[in-house]
Amino acid sequence: MIGAIVIGLAAGILAGLLGVGGGVLFVPALVLFVGLDQHHAEATSLLAIVPVAIVGTYRQDRYGNVRRADALTLGLLSVAGAAGGVALANALSGAFLRDAFAGLMVVIAAQLVHRTLRERQPPVQARAPGDGSRPGGPAG
Amino acid sequence: MQVAAERTRQRTFKLMVIGTLAGLFSGLFGVGGGSVIVPLLVLWLGYDERAATATSLAAIVCIAGFAAAVQGAYGNVRLLDAALIGVPAVGGVLIGTWLQQRLQTRSIALLFAAVLVASAIELVVR
Repeated sequence: MIGAIVIGLAAGILAGLLGVGGGVLFVPALVLFVGLDQHHAEATSLLAIVPVAIVGTYRQDRYGNVRRADALTLGLLSVAGAAGGVALANALSGAFLRDAFAGLMVVIAAQLVHRTLRERQPPVQARAPGDGSRPGGPAG
Repeated sequence: MQVAAERTRQRTFKLMVIGTLAGLFSGLFGVGGGSVIVPLLVLWLGYDERAATATSLAAIVCIAGFAAAVQGAYGNVRLLDAALIGVPAVGGVLIGTWLQQRLQTRSIALLFAAVLVASAIELVVR
């Protein structure tokens, strides 16, 4: 139980620090440290992502960065895909799914390296135009 | 009028394609789908990276929520583990974004990429 809390906190810090999604951290952590199988880990990760995304959205929306209509359209039109993806995951063996996920982790690692080496200056906090009154101030 | 209507329809179609792909990806892998949504919003709808990331996060609330509900119907969701990980993760993200303003993240990112690859190997071989 303590293990899960520590994983959540650590994964959240890394997600906020590096801008990677929570899921790519939650799934392997749930498999390697909590001992869930791949299917349970993926399903549990999905639910754990929801509060993280809600808080992230709230903060970004305050900076005016969220295009609400598009976000809502995207979200609502994803239902079929999400249902299909889950059905596909459940039709596949845990071993296959695990290997595919490992491949995904390598791709995300490569993306991260690419992005990091491309960046010349340290990242700056997201800020809406004209919101210069609180440079670097906490959003929450 | 007609041109505007046509443009709206095309835009909605693109959003539907992106949403469907992201949903498939999310449901298949148990992730949010941001790594699919962000680049497609940038390349296909002309978003800048910041708006793409923020809009993607908002869409992920729906996408991960739907996918979690379907996984729940399969009986795969461990509610307690999800809460034990998800709630502290919210605090973690707040700490992480705070740290991001104050740290050089370059070496951390490279180190973390190495950890991701090592974990991928660990997943496969164990």
